[in-house]
Order: sequence, then C-alpha cells, then structure tokens
Amino acid sequence: MDIIVLVKQVPDTQEVKIDPKTGTLIREGIQTIINPDDLHALEAALSLKERYGGKVTAVSMGPPQAVEALAEALAMGVDEAVLLSDRTFAGADTWATSHTLGKCIQKIGRYDLILCGRQAIDGDTAQIGPQVAEMLGIPQITYVRSLTLTGKKILAERVMEDGYEKIEAPLPALVTVLRDLNQPRYPSIPGIIQACSPYSKIHIWNPVDLGVKAYEVGLIGSLTQVVRTFPPERKKEGETLSGSTREIAEQLVDRLKEIHIL
Amino acid sequence: MAIFIDPSKCNACRRCIKACPYEGVTLDGQVAVLTDRCIYCGACIESCKQKAISSDLAELPIPDFSAYQGVWVFAEQREGRLHPVSLELLGCGARLAQELNQEVSAVLLGDKVKALSRELIACGAQKVYLAEHPYLGHYQTNPYAAVLAELLAGHKPGIFLVGATHIGRDLAPRLARRLELGLTADCTELAIDPKEGHLLQTRPAFGGNVMATILSRRTRPQMASVRPGIMKALPPDRTRKGELIPFKPILKKKDLATRLVEIVKERKRRVDFSQARVIVAGGRGLGSEKGVQALQALAEALGGEVAGSRVAVESGWVPAERQVGQTGQSVHPDLYIACGISGAIQHKAGMQNSKYIIAVNKDPLAPIFEIADYRIVGDLQDIVPALTKAVQKERAL
Repeated sequence: MDIIVLVKQVPDTQEVKIDPKTGTLIREGIQTIINPDDLHALEAALSLKERYGGKVTAVSMGPPQAVEALAEALAMGVDEAVLLSDRTFAGADTWATSHTLGKCIQKIGRYDLILCGRQAIDGDTAQIGPQVAEMLGIPQITYVRSLTLTGKKILAERVMEDGYEKIEAPLPALVTVLRDLNQPRYPSIPGIIQACSPYSKIHIWNPVDLGVKAYEVGLIGSLTQVVRTFPPERKKEGETLSGSTREIAEQLVDRLKEIHIL
Repeated sequence: MAIFIDPSKCNACRRCIKACPYEGVTLDGQVAVLTDRCIYCGACIESCKQKAISSDLAELPIPDFSAYQGVWVFAEQREGRLHPVSLELLGCGARLAQELNQEVSAVLLGDKVKALSRELIACGAQKVYLAEHPYLGHYQTNPYAAVLAELLAGHKPGIFLVGATHIGRDLAPRLARRLELGLTADCTELAIDPKEGHLLQTRPAFGGNVMATILSRRTRPQMASVRPGIMKALPPDRTRKGELIPFKPILKKKDLATRLVEIVKERKRRVDFSQARVIVAGGRGLGSEKGVQALQALAEALGGEVAGSRVAVESGWVPAERQVGQTGQSVHPDLYIACGISGAIQHKAGMQNSKYIIAVNKDPLAPIFEIADYRIVGDLQDIVPALTKAVQKERAL
C-alpha cells in the first residue's frame, strides 16, 4: 500500500524564548526537531509497510533546513521524500498550508492512506489533517491511538474525552495520530548512511512544480491574518509571605478570603 | 489576477528575467514576455526600471459583508446532553452580538434533541436552528459538516463559534475548508475590533509561550474554535424567549463516509480539570507518595482537585490522568497551588492562565515564583498541612 506522511520541522518549544520587546519568538539558536506527533505517524506508516509492503513517502512544507527532518525520516526507513520549499510558500496559515500540501499529494497521485500527527507543537491548531482530507475529498479519522488494516478499510480507535470510538473508513483515508499510537523507531545506521548518500530521494518542489500561483499559497493565499503576537500577560508583582509556618498559613487564609476562594 | 508587460515600455534590459526565481519571464525578440512558469509572485514588477510591468495584484478591497449578520454558536451535544462548552459559547456569543447590535443563535444537530433547545434559549440563544436526523444521532464528520455547511451558506451569519473539544477540533477545520473560510483554533479571548468590526481572535501558540491575535478579513462567517472552560455561560433564565427554527436535512447513507462501529466509555483517562475551581499540584518536591496525601487533604479542604507535574507523574506519585503541563493538560482554575514545583516552561505552559497562583518551594530562585501571586519559600511538608488546618478551621467557623 502507498502511504504519504505529512511531517513538519518545528522549533523545540521546550526551549522557546520570547523577545520581551517584540513579543515574538527568538528563533536563533533554537534546536529544530520533527514534530513529536509526526514521528508517531512515520512509525505507523513504516509498521504498515513492514506488514503489507508498499511505499512510504514523507512530505513537508518548510524552509530549506527542513530537509534535515526529511533526511531523518528517510533514515527511519521512509522510501522517498518531498520538501515544498519556496519563499512564496512562507507565512502560510492552515488554509494555505493545507492547500499546498494537498496539491503536492495530488501531484504524487497514488496513495491509499495519509498519516499526520494530530497537531504541531508550534501552531497547536490540529487543523492541517482535516483540511487536507477535505481538499482531497477523503474521509478523516482524528485523535487515533490504534490503527488496523482490514482489507480495503482501516479500523481506528479514536480517542474522546471520556473514552474512545471505533471507527471504520474505506481507503483512501486520512488519519491524524496521537503519541499513544506507538513507539517511534530510531533511525538505523544503514538508514542514516542511505539518507546521506547522494542518491537519497528528497525532491524539492516549488510553486511551478506544483502548478500553483502565488496568490493561492503563503502569506497572500492565507485566509487568516496575524495582527499581533505578545507574551502571555505577566501578572503584577507577587507577594512573598513569610514568618513562622503558622503565621504563613494564617496570612494565606486571609488572602484566600480576599480573593473569594474562601 | 494577472501580470502585464507593456511592450512599448520594455527596453529588453533583462532585469525582470534575472529577478524571477521561476523562469517565468523570457525575451521574445526585444520584448519581455511571461512564460507559463509565472506564478504571479510580482518580483519582476519591482525590478523593472521602465515601469513596464504592472498587475492587478494591488491590495484587493475587502468584500462587502453587510449581508452577513449574526453570531452563531455550535451547540455540541453528546447522547442527548449538551456539552458545557455550548453554554459558554452562548455566553461569549451573546456579548459579541450585543457589541455588534446583532442576534446570537445556536445551531443544534442530533436525533430527538429538541428538548435541549429550552436550555439553549434559557442561556441566551435568541434563535435555535435545529437539525434532526437519525444520521446525526452521534457525531460523524461528514454528515455534520454537510448540514452545517448548508445552514451557514443559507443563513449567512457573520461569526460562527465551535467549542475546541475533540468533536469541535475534528469538525471545525473540515467545515472551514469546505466553505473556504479562515479558521482560528483554540481561542481564549474574543472581542470586536472597534474600528473595522472584525472579530479579534486571540489564542496561545508555541505551547502557550506566545499569544497571537488573528483576524479573518476576507471571509465570512468568521470561524473560531474556542477553548472549553474559559468563557462564562450566562446564568439560565427560563423566562427568556427564543425562536426554534427546524431544518430538515437530507442525508443518505453514503453521506456518513465512515462507519461508527462502537462507542466505549472508559474510566476517566484524564480528570476533567476544566470545571475545577481550585487545583493543588505537586512536583519533584513531593519526594514520595506521602507528599501527595498532604495535597489531597488540602484539595479536599478547598473543594479542589489534585494534580501533578510531569516529574510527579513519572515518579509514580500522581496518576498520569492528573498531569498538568505541555504534555499533560492545560488548566485555568481560579486558584492553582504549586507545591514543590520548580516551574519549568513546559509546566508553566499548562497552568499560567490560572486566575491566582500560590507557589510553595524550598528554592527561592525557582522560576515558578515569577508567575506566583503569593510566594512561600519553605518546605511543602510543613506548609501544606499547616494551610490545610488553617483552612479547615476557617471553614468550621
């Protein structure tokens, strides 16, 4: 079966620092990683390939350095990779991004299953999966923690807040996965060597390759506009309570009464 | 959208050809012409010293959206019960509608759920659009998206809000894509821009370390999904009047697209902190399971819930379903008491929106103190039981 995995290279938000003057992210010196949920999507694709044969292609949209994320995917065992990279793609919201990814998938043509992580740790929207599925006109199953193939269908466990649902969908379909799904493999040594070789299969496509115009993608093609970014509101200076343990406890109770907790 | 090269002004200097990243311009005789590789990026326009190249890409005017009126809210129901976020959305929607001098309506999908409209009206819905059908009994992506798409296209509200629950986050992007709308996910603040009247949609990004305010200038309705537990529902008023407008959806079996095989309720995978007023959380400083007992006593005295940082969960002191932080849950109670928690960014991301924060830590330099309203440098094993006793004494009065 042919599987396409959507992958994003993201800043490691554990290390994120905000510039207090501009309120924007300081990106210099920040480690980039494959979005954690996407690693689980890659693992799912590779497991299915091991069982049923076929081909896995990783697709990513990003700046040129995102090629590192795809090289890592190749080293894990992915067969081919496509990086959509061009300054015209930049500044895209989820509408423009899903449009670009969707066009790429249409160009690749053959797919039985599309896998992505539930959400990226930088945007946190969880919108790409469903928007790509809608563009391609295929069913979606989101928040998946378990996935099995039954003939020409997939059976997934979709997590809900209070349990889960078992959902079956005909292929081709798109699935967004949770970290609960599996344990991602590490790249193998032969895999790394293969990924570094000059024959390693990372294609880099620009708008002309996809047959899209500038106004369909990137900042211009976006349907939402960010007008302001800022760090979360800092509270006013806190108060230090001191004294003996009993005194502290009593002061706290007074404060709790002031703020109507008690 | 097009780019024009005026042959009478072109002097064949080739600047445009050099400026184009896509081989979108070439020389035909002594005149530059576009090739089929042109993607309308406009780089050639800036490069031309003869001003021979122009386009109609100039700032497109914002369309006339005066036909789009009203704030609509998706009333999410499961098994015949309204999800609390539906009422929160109505509270927020009512406020927005008032600012716009428009109406707030709820749209309710399901099977035999008409009775829920009374609660929606009591909590502020001036109209309830009700779509009932056996295929809408349990949420499935395609039938819900299809029915909502038809209703939104037909009635043209200016704003459509959806709760960012598991259902909402599956539904909203699918629907937004279908209707070609901008969508902002997981908003924590909504307001009307006083100048242009757009919906100002504010949401956290980068795990909550950055806030972003977003607009959808060019599409209507403006769609946003809203984080549950943040907005305030209106107190129910059974004397409120509202109009019930039924809609008969036409759905075929193939519209289901997927098959819902089974619904399984599990022992709480995650404690639902979204309704908790007080949370007492422990971190590395707990030291052992015994430390948790102290937290439990305090939580009980305050009518709150116990939670833990990732360290506390990985050490086995607090169960995983009570984890707070970037890899756990995001919480925003009225009071968050952080005991023995250092306050690393990943944990702060999960609780910094709490209304009040008390921090207890032996280390005076712990980062948690930066966001605490009340700071206590001390051992939680002393402070927490003392606080519990003091609270119990106060409550007994």
